[in-house]
Amino acid sequence: MARYLITRAWQSALTLLLSTIVVFLGVRALPGDPALALAGEDRSPEALEAIRHHYGLDQPLPLQFVRYVGRAAQGDFGESIRTGIPVSSMLTTALPVTVELAILAILLAAALGVGAGVLAAVRRGHPAEWLANGLALVGLSVPHFWLALLAILYLSVATGLFPASGFVPLLDNPVDNLHHLILPAVILGTGLAAIIMRQTRSAMLDSLSSDYVRTAKAKGLRPRAVITHHALRNSLIVVVTIVGLQLGGLISGAVVTEQIFGLPGFGKMTIDAVFQRDYPVIQAVVLLTATAYIVINFLVDLLYSVIDPRIRVTGDPA
Amino acid sequence: MTVLTVPTVDAAPAGLSRRTRVLRRLRRNPLAVVSFVVLALAAIIAVLSPWLAPYAVEQTDFGHTFAAPGTPGHVLGTDDLGRDVLSRIMLGARASLQVAILAVATSLVIGVPLGLAAGYFRAWDAVISRFTDLLLAFPFLIMAVGLAAIRGASLTNAAVAVGIAQIPGVIRVVRSDTLRLKSLDFVAAAVVDGASDLWVLARHILPNATSVILVQATVAIPVAILGEAVLSFLGLGIQPPAPSLGTMLATAQQFAARAPWAAVLPGVVIMGLALAFNVFGDALRDALDPKGDRR
Repeated sequence: MARYLITRAWQSALTLLLSTIVVFLGVRALPGDPALALAGEDRSPEALEAIRHHYGLDQPLPLQFVRYVGRAAQGDFGESIRTGIPVSSMLTTALPVTVELAILAILLAAALGVGAGVLAAVRRGHPAEWLANGLALVGLSVPHFWLALLAILYLSVATGLFPASGFVPLLDNPVDNLHHLILPAVILGTGLAAIIMRQTRSAMLDSLSSDYVRTAKAKGLRPRAVITHHALRNSLIVVVTIVGLQLGGLISGAVVTEQIFGLPGFGKMTIDAVFQRDYPVIQAVVLLTATAYIVINFLVDLLYSVIDPRIRVTGDPA
Repeated sequence: MTVLTVPTVDAAPAGLSRRTRVLRRLRRNPLAVVSFVVLALAAIIAVLSPWLAPYAVEQTDFGHTFAAPGTPGHVLGTDDLGRDVLSRIMLGARASLQVAILAVATSLVIGVPLGLAAGYFRAWDAVISRFTDLLLAFPFLIMAVGLAAIRGASLTNAAVAVGIAQIPGVIRVVRSDTLRLKSLDFVAAAVVDGASDLWVLARHILPNATSVILVQATVAIPVAILGEAVLSFLGLGIQPPAPSLGTMLATAQQFAARAPWAAVLPGVVIMGLALAFNVFGDALRDALDPKGDRR
């Protein structure tokens, strides 16, 4: 166990270092003078000089990198070149929106995906199985931004059931907050639900035909008890694995969903930054996403090895 | 003496080649046949769309903006600039497929050799695994954002971003199949026979890994189609006035109250294409599965 932990920690740290180098070099790969890109509107020689000095662009590259990492570790990502607001405070306002949206989407996807997956496995050959399988395929194939568009058109604008855009912070008014987030969360969760459903179904089919389930049935356990007991444990593994694997897709999906529903989160901030060529913001966003991805996947691996002890031995999560 | 006959699970007569058996299983699966027909039709329309489209895609007609579907001369109506929606959908689908195929081809060209190397040479495995981790750390849309920031938004950059995002998946399946094949007797025999590593990889492992590569490509294409649509929708992919299903939806969003049908049709086409690929991919995987019809 300890050895597995150390290997995974070391691998994660290495990946984190590499991705920081990629992000660091990315801004330097911009065509022309990075100081020009970072300067935005004010392009006087003094301003450019100040930027070069501030970002240490006049220093040797390795030294620049060390300073960059040092500042980033302290949460200093510079200022937005459009608004002058520190990127860190932009992140503090934007991140909670995205995290809440993502958690809500994961919870909905897990409930829906596990439920449908178990149903499809237990009711083999039944119309319920066909329905669940068909819905999962549609969930995998539907463009989410289009679903969002239709939801706004037919559920928000036409009926007024849900707000079409905007956000209310959780602490200001939890009910309004949920009312604004539920539709985006359902849409963000559809793809994830489809993947969880297919994996749950497959895992359930495997375990239903396994020896330990036959033993459980033979010793007189009611079918419902067999299913609930084994389904729950297996589903937990499936959900944890998939959330780890699909985290990138979830982040990408959140960016699009926030853009369409006008949620003031991380994704909207990212897209706005690209169109405004706000390089300090883009750099921070990319670095932060990579870091979050690596750290969360490390935690998922740890959790995974707690739930499924076999992983500790082989050290290879599927 | 009695001869024991072992009942075979697969009903196919012995002696049939694997390809024949796979094709037979596909032909017997109605979903596979339907999705194949849909994909074949889509491919034909995509290839011939410059000639099939009733109007030039960029031809505007300000006298007939927002014509409803069913309008004579414009079966699927017109958009905010009076351009024919059917023509734009046909060419938009062509662009989607182009980007998707380009992206998946890119991911295969880079991913297959890396997967083979990672599975075959122990020393390379760790390095290639870190490379995969690195790619995974940049989610698809964030990668596209970074690329667009550095190189500007374009069709090529969209395809590159979508393609890079697919590389880890390719490496993973090729690596695990290479590990499996490497442990089989015929590979050991070739090695004993004095075959070089490159020869073993090219002549023994790669040909046997084609089926997993094929399945991976089939499931990667719908992901790429959706990826291109998202990027174009956000303005990070195909640039207007070039037709793209994603940009059509972005425009439709602005005029959704006036022309709701414009927000429906391009999405249906994207979903139809992705669905056909996903259904066919599932059927292909089942047909190639030696365990037969378990799923």
